[in-house]
Amino acid sequence: MSEHPHEPLHYVAPMWMYITVFLSLLVLTGLTVFAAQHDLGVMNTPVALAIATVKASLVILFFMHVFHSTRLTWVVIIASFLWLGVLFVLTFADYLTRTWGLQ
Amino acid sequence: MSDAPLHGDEHEHHPFLQHHFEDMGQQHEASTLGMWMFLATEILFFGGLFLAYAVYRTTYEQAWVAGAQLQNLKLGTINTAVLISSSLTMALAVHYAQLGRRLATFYCLVGTLLLGSGFLIIKGIEYHAHFVEGLLPGPYFTWHGPMAPKVELFMTFYFSMTGLHALHMIIGAGLLVWFMWRTWRGHFGPEYFSPVEIMGLYWHFVDIVWIFLFPLLYLIGRHA
Repeated sequence: MSEHPHEPLHYVAPMWMYITVFLSLLVLTGLTVFAAQHDLGVMNTPVALAIATVKASLVILFFMHVFHSTRLTWVVIIASFLWLGVLFVLTFADYLTRTWGLQ
Repeated sequence: MSDAPLHGDEHEHHPFLQHHFEDMGQQHEASTLGMWMFLATEILFFGGLFLAYAVYRTTYEQAWVAGAQLQNLKLGTINTAVLISSSLTMALAVHYAQLGRRLATFYCLVGTLLLGSGFLIIKGIEYHAHFVEGLLPGPYFTWHGPMAPKVELFMTFYFSMTGLHALHMIIGAGLLVWFMWRTWRGHFGPEYFSPVEIMGLYWHFVDIVWIFLFPLLYLIGRHA
């Protein structure tokens, strides 16, 4: 069991980290419900999605321990969201421009 | 080396160390990476539904607002809190497995299962209300509000997305029962907690899907 070449097995996060993230997620849930009931003009959906993205990032970084994971794990995660972005951008590049030049 | 006794070649192996890995650290890294590869496919799996939702939302914006108003905001909010709480107990199960606290791990898994089941029961109550109101798309769609055919399309997305999400929850609940059994048998500890960590990755992923479903299906046009 001695002098193995790899990193120490794991990082054990302190309990307060889990509680802080949990409470932040609850507060953000309340905030998104509160914001949805106010007229923010065109900003309602962007605000809701921004809060959801912050919540998802908290879960990924801290509950899923990505903050302390290897660079290779980061590459896989960033790449998967990059592909999701390609899916959305190319599809909407089609749908949002279909009527251009027809009016 | 040939006359060495079983498991006694150089040093004592952990019983759960697969022979193709150098040590438990390398095995843990490989398992986590593999799980993230799987989650990448899951992100694109759900991504297709989110994409179709977005395309039709930009096409039938008013019907999407009308459809979201039909959702029970109170139950949806409570369910979001329930699912976030289940993510906390799941994260704590991993935490206690890392520390080798078998019973604490077990009880956190039980808590996760109870909260996950609570989520599914509340979802079931919502589904039942939709059936009664004639909002189930297809031959039983009897709702007669404005833009009914387009609201029916919204409800198709609602049931597809929450249904696929609920299916993931049910699979997760089954996995939790298996992990409770393995924890009870004392399989996990500071040297070997990768399976609990990976179970956690799955559970948190399902939580993240809901974190996006909630505003997209319940919160549109609430200020009107």
